[in-house]
Amino acid sequence: MKLSIWTYEGPPHVGAIRVATGMQKVHLVLHAPQGDTYADLLFTMIERRNHRPPVTYTTFQARDLGSDTATLFKSACLEAYERFKPDLLLVGASCTAELIQDDPGGLAEALGLPIPVVALELPSYQRKENFGADETFFQIVKHVAKPVERSENISCNLIGPTALGFRHRDDILELTKLLDDLGVDVNVCAPMGATPADIADLGRAHFNVLMYPETGEMACRYLERALGQPYTKTVPIGVGATADFIAEVGQIIGKQDLASTVRSRLPWYSASVDSTYLTGKRVFIFGDGTHAMTAARIARDEIGFDVVGLGCFNREMARPVRTMAKSMGLDALISDDYLEVERAIADLAPELILGTQMERHIGKRLGIPCAVISAPVHVQDFPARYSPQMGPEGANVIFDTWVHPLVMGLEEHLLTMFRDDFEFSDSAGPSHHAAHAPAQQRAEVETGQSADTNIIWLKDAESELRKIPFFVRGKARRNTEKYAADRGVAEISIDTLYEAKAHYAR
Amino acid sequence: MPNDLSQIGCTNTPVLKQRGQHEVFCGLTSIIWLHRKMHDAFFLVVGSRTCAHLLQSAAGVMIFAEPRFATAILEETDLAGMADAHAELERTVAELLSRRPDIKRLFLVGSCPSEVIKIDLATMAKKLSEKYDNRVNVVNFSGSGIETTFTQGEDACLEAVIRDLPQTDQTQLAVLGALPDVVQDQMLRLLSDMGLENVLVLPHARADTPAAVGPNTHFICAQPFLGAAHDEMVRRGAKPIAAPFPFGAQGTTAWLAAIAKRFGVDDATLQAAIAAPKARAEQAIATVAKTLVGRSIFFFPDSQLEIPLARFLSQECGMHLTEVGTPYIHRALVGPDLDALPSDIILSEGQDVDKQLDRVLDCNPDLTVCGLGLANPLEAQGLRTKWAIELVFSPIHFYEQAADLAGLFARPLLRADLLKVGKVA
Ligand code: SF4
Repeated sequence: MKLSIWTYEGPPHVGAIRVATGMQKVHLVLHAPQGDTYADLLFTMIERRNHRPPVTYTTFQARDLGSDTATLFKSACLEAYERFKPDLLLVGASCTAELIQDDPGGLAEALGLPIPVVALELPSYQRKENFGADETFFQIVKHVAKPVERSENISCNLIGPTALGFRHRDDILELTKLLDDLGVDVNVCAPMGATPADIADLGRAHFNVLMYPETGEMACRYLERALGQPYTKTVPIGVGATADFIAEVGQIIGKQDLASTVRSRLPWYSASVDSTYLTGKRVFIFGDGTHAMTAARIARDEIGFDVVGLGCFNREMARPVRTMAKSMGLDALISDDYLEVERAIADLAPELILGTQMERHIGKRLGIPCAVISAPVHVQDFPARYSPQMGPEGANVIFDTWVHPLVMGLEEHLLTMFRDDFEFSDSAGPSHHAAHAPAQQRAEVETGQSADTNIIWLKDAESELRKIPFFVRGKARRNTEKYAADRGVAEISIDTLYEAKAHYAR
Repeated sequence: MPNDLSQIGCTNTPVLKQRGQHEVFCGLTSIIWLHRKMHDAFFLVVGSRTCAHLLQSAAGVMIFAEPRFATAILEETDLAGMADAHAELERTVAELLSRRPDIKRLFLVGSCPSEVIKIDLATMAKKLSEKYDNRVNVVNFSGSGIETTFTQGEDACLEAVIRDLPQTDQTQLAVLGALPDVVQDQMLRLLSDMGLENVLVLPHARADTPAAVGPNTHFICAQPFLGAAHDEMVRRGAKPIAAPFPFGAQGTTAWLAAIAKRFGVDDATLQAAIAAPKARAEQAIATVAKTLVGRSIFFFPDSQLEIPLARFLSQECGMHLTEVGTPYIHRALVGPDLDALPSDIILSEGQDVDKQLDRVLDCNPDLTVCGLGLANPLEAQGLRTKWAIELVFSPIHFYEQAADLAGLFARPLLRADLLKVGKVA
């Protein structure tokens, strides 16, 4: 039994729904109680989908248990087939139905429907959402994909994008453009947008582009074995990764000379002098493994941040994330415990968080700005404008999004100089988005005794602290308290403050 | 008003019952507002990752620092042997209570998985109550989707609360149902103006609020979904007061009048207490109702507020009712509202969502009240919708909120008139 307050991933059947909803002409019959229909709102509200997800829930009740839940399941399958006429039927059980063991696969098979029926094993008490998506898509591919002749032009499949994915909609467009520039056609994109007929056609492609390992890796491995299609291992998020991706494609298709300049503005924007203030900003990175790792590389190599924390919530990615963290001299945080992540962030007191929707809330509370880099997502992570993460345009979007929550270069200095100017109050936060400014002031109200130690701030030290710009004040306070505590100092004077500053100087 | 008065009364209207897919939340959802209402209570769901995900998705952006609810997620090892699960739960509760010394009431909330594998939460609650004697009162109820829909979670919780209350012979009025604080204060002021001071409101905000029931307790529900709590009060000897629910000016007046009658409040006192707010409400409703009058409305089953709200919209705002769907009709509670509905509507209980979607498209109403999963898909097909969940989270009861309530229904219609860009989804 695990005490959980907020979760990073839903149960595995939500992953199955993400695959079904992304595809066309597929229907999922899910043996589940009525409350599980909440999953529909993830798609209709958060992603603003204009259709109900193609899912029939059997919605069995207590009085059905032990008598005819199996009959209920069979009639739900028949009615769903009649009404929606899908080309492929997925059947599965949610956590409750898993316990009553009605065998949806066997029941659906017995109906003799004239379409392929794919039974899903979704172990609700062991695995989670990403696994559910990965497994569901793999099963569909295994059932439907058959060897076919390769296309005449060099082509690939885009594998992994699903409904409710972080920026999947725009990443597909951006990669299609990028591949077109390299002379590579896109044969099929799946699950997003694909029909079962498209899945049968996967084999026409010369290779697969694995966009999101979380949801597409099993299928790619299978296609490599069964149809001899190699797949790309680099996820092209960031300028460096995009260049590596192009080189990898070149390797696969035997064209070593593919132009690998990435036409992104990120390198110049990073090099231009206004960005000097980004140097060494301490960032904490957390998300799904893929997005966390690509973000870490961009943060360090392309923006010049100092990565002080790196981790992921999906255990499946623990190994590569650990390796990467180690190479940065860090211990990776592999956890789906929200409170543990919050503690880690509070301890490290970074200047910027690159995280998920959940870390946005942590940031709000701690007064630390945050940019979202990964699922889980909320409605504002599905912007109306084109905003991919992958390829050249993705790098532009990332530069803007990460820098946006920070105070701009020159402004940082002006704030320090004029902090007492009544028209230039630093508690307003970055001038270009005051409405979104982190509520730093709230964390600042306590004076005198520090919150979780018995250390006393002397009056003059306290007012000196208030002269420090708000965006580093929290860190200065914590550093000074830690410095004092480590040395057994009970009262903080101005000297203690500056000794601590010297001690932590980078 | 467009409805022919000779055709009023829905009590004998045949009820359309179809059994197919339900598209409603389970009772766990009630925790989202209950935990805000009961300041020293913690709700521990014994369930699966799905339950935790439901709570999080229904709570939407309202991520609180450390909310007073959580899920003890069952894992493979818990399913293996029962002795395990009970010991595990005890350990989890100990962990939780050591972190939250402020908790005085702990609700163990049953879910579908905990009920299917028969974790005995009642025995656990008793055992834990003894263990944490004097410090924490442990109570259990079910919020599972196989037993409860959406607002029935509050009903089940309240039933458990009432079961636990001490006995009293004192004559008192009890009001059942969680209301936003501002609304509850208005209600208490109205009742106090009528000379009723000794009012017990359930659920009570804190464990140490003096609360007891008995044969001289007269009670009235402020929410229409409290069937089980109602029956538990009756079992405890309390006397129910039947009335339409306090939505709009007429609903509020009838509700207060029923209380006045039971407690022998004379008419002059009642009129003096309500005259001013009632006039205010009528005037405010009249302004908003201009947008609503003559427009048609269709209710999908969701919060169980459907029947009283249909009464308000038809009787006080002049809307034309097409289908009024509700998860469950508890006649002892909604009888007086049913009596005031036009008899020619479709009254449906339970759901087959696909067939109901066929009906709503056929009928093409001006406004459709439905859950979050259906709203955007229906908008994309040209309908205008109102999310039912907003009705549960917003202050909508009594005189001062009457126009706001009408406004919730008027807004989507006004908005549709405002937008000149079409809507291609
Ligand atoms: S319907 Fe049952 S399993 Fe699903 S969230 Fe509600 S209680 Fe949990």
